[in-house]
Amino acid sequence: MKILVVDDEQDVRLLFEQRFRREIRNGELFFYFSFSGEEALTFLRDHPSEVILILSDINMPGISGLELLGEIRRNNPLAPPVVMMITAYGDEENHRRALSLGANDFLTKPLDFSALKEKLKGIYEG
Amino acid sequence: MNLLSFLILFFVFRYLKRSARPAIPNWDQLLLWANIITGLLFLIEANKGTGVLGLLWMAILTGYAYRTPELEFFRPTLVPLLPYLFLSVLEKLARWFVPKFYDEYELYFEIATFAAFIWVAATWMNLRKQEKALAVEREKRQQEEETNKVIAAQKNELEYLVEERTAELRAQKEELETTLEHLRATQDQLIQSEKMASLGELTAGIAHEIQNPLNFVNNFSEVSVELIDELREEETKDKPDTELISDLLEDLRQNLEKISHHGKRADSIVKGMLQHSRVSTGQKEETDLNALADEYLRLAYHGLRAKDKTFNAKLVTEFDPALGKANVIAQDLGRVLLNLFTNAFYAVTEKKKALGGAFEPQVSVQTRRQADGIEIRVRDNGTGMPEAVRQKIFQPFFTTKPTGQGTGLGLSLSYDIVTKGHGGTLDVRTKDGEYTEFIIHIPAS
Repeated sequence: MKILVVDDEQDVRLLFEQRFRREIRNGELFFYFSFSGEEALTFLRDHPSEVILILSDINMPGISGLELLGEIRRNNPLAPPVVMMITAYGDEENHRRALSLGANDFLTKPLDFSALKEKLKGIYEG
Repeated sequence: MNLLSFLILFFVFRYLKRSARPAIPNWDQLLLWANIITGLLFLIEANKGTGVLGLLWMAILTGYAYRTPELEFFRPTLVPLLPYLFLSVLEKLARWFVPKFYDEYELYFEIATFAAFIWVAATWMNLRKQEKALAVEREKRQQEEETNKVIAAQKNELEYLVEERTAELRAQKEELETTLEHLRATQDQLIQSEKMASLGELTAGIAHEIQNPLNFVNNFSEVSVELIDELREEETKDKPDTELISDLLEDLRQNLEKISHHGKRADSIVKGMLQHSRVSTGQKEETDLNALADEYLRLAYHGLRAKDKTFNAKLVTEFDPALGKANVIAQDLGRVLLNLFTNAFYAVTEKKKALGGAFEPQVSVQTRRQADGIEIRVRDNGTGMPEAVRQKIFQPFFTTKPTGQGTGLGLSLSYDIVTKGHGGTLDVRTKDGEYTEFIIHIPAS
């Protein structure tokens, strides 16, 4: 399963690669990384229908996670990827907005990786 | 000649009647009786007298007057009578005892007596004149005294007025001093509250900025524990995969580096926050303005983001790598930058509200080393300002924000910090509806 992680923090890449080292080694999961909303849109345009799941931070300079979500939903009406939004703890308003824009799930920072793993497994096996 | 003494007596009585009343009981009655007796004696003497009765009566009265202390004031009037009395008595005695001698020298006796009488009259007239002059003098003095009294009263009144006015002025002065003190205290409070307001704007940004590195610290620590478990597991195998062990160890090293890096990141944010809230030391120190501008740009951005979730802006940084360090008061200049960034974000937010989706907000910061110093430009493509507003933005308490949202002190304090604190300039370029650009120039020290 190919997953695109969008976050303006570069170290997210290292973190995900270590957290999911077994899954990556087994070939279960494959991660791409974009460090801004703009970069993510370019990537998605260059690799259409390749990514099944998108994990995106909301709070980013430039195109925010919510705008990115809106774009994704507009551009991919036929094969909609699963989109999970990530933002800071206790942000009710963004939660509501993300869901109304068509987010499939909502994750709060700091990320609970074991819970994320369970969710990914559910999507992967289901 | 014999009746002259009566003439003198009548004059005396008249004079006494007109002058001040002496402290003698029944004075008026005494005077009346003296008049009556004198009148009777006059009648007797006028018929066929020798003039002796008149003289005798006169001598009695004069003696009485001399012996009465209450009539002392009268003595100067009596003194001229004495030669007359003496000469008259001498004349009578001469007529009786040496008639021959008297007859021979009668004319001389009469002339002498008459001269004494004239002398009495002249002296009296003189006295009279003197008395009149005295009375005039007395009256004058009385008037003067009255005038003095009036002047004294006026002086008193004036002094009272002056005192009253002085007290009034003193009270006013004290009131003004108190007011001035209040104003000073209020000014200090306002500056402090402006600082706290900008700190409030920072808090959300700071929370976000600290949360991220902390998440990394936690995550990298946890994942490192997993890595160590995996390492142990690999070691207990019969044939450990040395390549995997080497990879794991490399990852561990990298993680520890990341933990340290993000720990330091959080540390510098907390330090920056403390520095912002602290009273400025006023000490200039070598500062990396690129780092300072970057830090405050991020803080301001996330601060606004935390308040307005829908807000977004493109941040453009153009840092001159050859900028080098500048000798500035870092806290103060940080406040200036924060203020300019906050304003820039506010301007683009307002424009976004007005224009909606088509508008792409952008805030940029640019540093540049110049021959004579360092230049920092903060530019936004927000609402801009009309000329009327541009002219007033550095005035204290001028704000275009709604009541309660801005103190109106931000730019005025910033202006003071750049110009007075650093000898630099703070300029603004703007076009209404298009853009605003603030240019800080710090001269090379």
